[in-house]
Amino acid sequence: MINYIIRRVIYAIPILIGVNIITFALFFVVNTPDDIARMQLGVKRVTPEAVANWKHEHGYDRPLLYNASAQGMSRFTDTIFYRKSVKMFAFDFGLSDDGRDIAYEIRTRMGPSLAIAVPVFVIGLLVNISFALLIAFFRATYLDFWGVVLCVAMMSISGLFYIIGGQYLVSKLWNLVPISGFDFGLDMPKFVILPVVVGVIAGIGSGTRWYRTIFLEEINKDYVRTARAKGLSEIRVLFKHVLNNAMIPILTGVVVIIPLLFLGSLITESFFGIPGLGSYTIDAINSQDFAVVRAMVFIGSVLYIVGLILTDISYTMVDPRIRLV
Amino acid sequence: MPFIPVILWTDALIYLLLALVVLFAWYVRGRPHLAAPWKRVAQSRSGMVAATVLAAYLVVGLFDSIHFRLPLEGNGAKRVYSVEALSVLDVLVTPLRSRVEKTYSAPLAAYSFAKETVQLPDGKEIREFPRLKYGGANLRDPAQQRFADITRRVFYSLMLAALAWIVIAAMVVRLAAMRRQGNFRGTAIALWRGESEIPWNAILTTLGVLMLCTFPVAILSEHYHVFGTDKVGQDVLYLSLKSIRTGLIIGTLTTLVMLPFALAMGIMAGYFRGWVDDSIQYFYTTLSSIPDVLLIAAAVLMMQVFMDSHPQRFPTITERADFRLLFLCIILGVTSWTSLCRLLRGETLKLRELEYIQAAHAFGVSHMRIMARHILPNVMHIVLITVVLSFSGLVLAEAVLTYVGVGVDPSMISFGNMINSARLEMAREPAVWWSLFAAFLFMFVLVLAANLFADAVRDAFDPRVRVAGGLPEQKR
Repeated sequence: MINYIIRRVIYAIPILIGVNIITFALFFVVNTPDDIARMQLGVKRVTPEAVANWKHEHGYDRPLLYNASAQGMSRFTDTIFYRKSVKMFAFDFGLSDDGRDIAYEIRTRMGPSLAIAVPVFVIGLLVNISFALLIAFFRATYLDFWGVVLCVAMMSISGLFYIIGGQYLVSKLWNLVPISGFDFGLDMPKFVILPVVVGVIAGIGSGTRWYRTIFLEEINKDYVRTARAKGLSEIRVLFKHVLNNAMIPILTGVVVIIPLLFLGSLITESFFGIPGLGSYTIDAINSQDFAVVRAMVFIGSVLYIVGLILTDISYTMVDPRIRLV
Repeated sequence: MPFIPVILWTDALIYLLLALVVLFAWYVRGRPHLAAPWKRVAQSRSGMVAATVLAAYLVVGLFDSIHFRLPLEGNGAKRVYSVEALSVLDVLVTPLRSRVEKTYSAPLAAYSFAKETVQLPDGKEIREFPRLKYGGANLRDPAQQRFADITRRVFYSLMLAALAWIVIAAMVVRLAAMRRQGNFRGTAIALWRGESEIPWNAILTTLGVLMLCTFPVAILSEHYHVFGTDKVGQDVLYLSLKSIRTGLIIGTLTTLVMLPFALAMGIMAGYFRGWVDDSIQYFYTTLSSIPDVLLIAAAVLMMQVFMDSHPQRFPTITERADFRLLFLCIILGVTSWTSLCRLLRGETLKLRELEYIQAAHAFGVSHMRIMARHILPNVMHIVLITVVLSFSGLVLAEAVLTYVGVGVDPSMISFGNMINSARLEMAREPAVWWSLFAAFLFMFVLVLAANLFADAVRDAFDPRVRVAGGLPEQKR
């Protein structure tokens, strides 16, 4: 098990290097730092001095890969690639283009993101699985049929609609909770409840349908027939046998998401004014802060790879047949 | 020439796609083993209902994909052409496009939404809701006449729709009667009861409902703004119709541009295994490990920098917006091809061990030929299912991405831009709900139809369902 994890972590390194090269190519080779500087300065006629000045301030005035004018190792370290890309492996993200410490921002913004994302994830999972089990219990009846119809209709509605509709109904018409904002402490539930409820409702359609498919696939297997033949009640069959065996396909889709919860949700956070990583990313995109976008891309891929490893580990927990060697 | 045609990249590609589909349909016709699953799609009730709705959207989208520039003035060689590229749809709905009010107005309103200072003939100034320039302009006294006028028009259009529907239904029955060599009355009853291979009763009912909805809208839009007007006074119905093309293009071209990569890489990885497999797997794992939104954001931001530093390549705004749309399709394709590639690799791994492939090897068939002739046709069902399933997700993704600021160009009319520019309007007092309502309604119908159609296609093509026998509903 330990061996396996170590090997997986080592496998992750070339992937992270690949991600780094892709972002490096996107941000520095397709468009030179000069282009970015001109874009940031934003004026039609930008003097070369202004561009050079901007580049110097943000550390983009070095050669891309190889610094011929430097001595020794700094031929390689005093370059954009080393300073901006390689350092990310040590989670050193440097300063954003507007001069703030990215690592500090990420640390402080993680909390609000998690305060929304974790409840949405946990409650959503429970609600979806319970609905799916309910529909599976009443399979091939009108309840099943209309349940699926409702699911398809709900997943055909844009996520933006749920947010805008929820804000209008709950906050504006009924005046129950503030439309947007965030605060820690006792005020937190007031701000968190609406985004969480909206997030859960928005996910019900696709989630329930997905789990229903998984359960129905299991229900048609032989061991279920055996369980019924033994005289077990349908409820016992569903909860004891089907649910346990459906854990593998469920975990495949679920565990990989868990680490990504740190990143928060772009749309929800920006609509509800929550100072999390999602709204940080949106702000960075809108103000074209490339340093932040680069850092988020890197963190996102690290978290995704962590999710993949966690998925494999979780398999061994629910399925004794799987051994990681 | 009275106009110059403008061929946008996306126009060309969408018609190329249409041509491919027609060619494929023609190819399938004579081959029963290929046509069989499509027959099952055609027999699916919900599938055909969805297909009817999709066809209506498609017609609008295709009309909106033929662009040209109209002349402004002058004759012969000295003629000057407008810089604005119009589409056939624009010309067809010229009244909608050109009747621009000052600002917001509610659906079917005759008065503006906002109060204005109006000068009376005797020189006094009062604050009131001014009459709209076009909405309800045919009425002398809207307060009295508007309701009656609208009722009359709706009634008239419903009659017209019913009449048109009866004509179409009669034509369908006539053709069906000729095919089954029965009489008209018997065929009509049989079709109504659903005793036909293709569920004509469902299709005709959908068509009827569609016509009953669209005819009143079309006839009312002659004198009213059926879905109101937005902040700058543009007709919301016009914006919604124009958004359809953007949604369709994102949904279809994205898969078209990613397909060659996914097919080639997936099949090669599964077929050759070894280092080819390793490197392709490494490549797609790397790409898929970057969260989609972030990769799209990074790529679109970089493309913006590129477009800003090369303005001479994009002479008109339309071409610029079009390039951005195409780029968005490509980058969306890059983020979504990895899952298809993984599926194809797995399927190819399974197929390459089968006897018929080994037989082909024994006969000395080349690798290229085995992949193209023996493996490719047998993984096509996966491709098809993925393509139709991803369509609805892509339409929804466009709205979200545009909201984030990395979607389509702000000058391009799309559902995302409509929602984005209208999202603060619900906070007004009283709320301006119609832009959002129209955008969400049109998007909902499109996505719902796409989802239902995709389900029908998946049920017909997925071998797991087919093996289960006659009860696909039970199995799924």
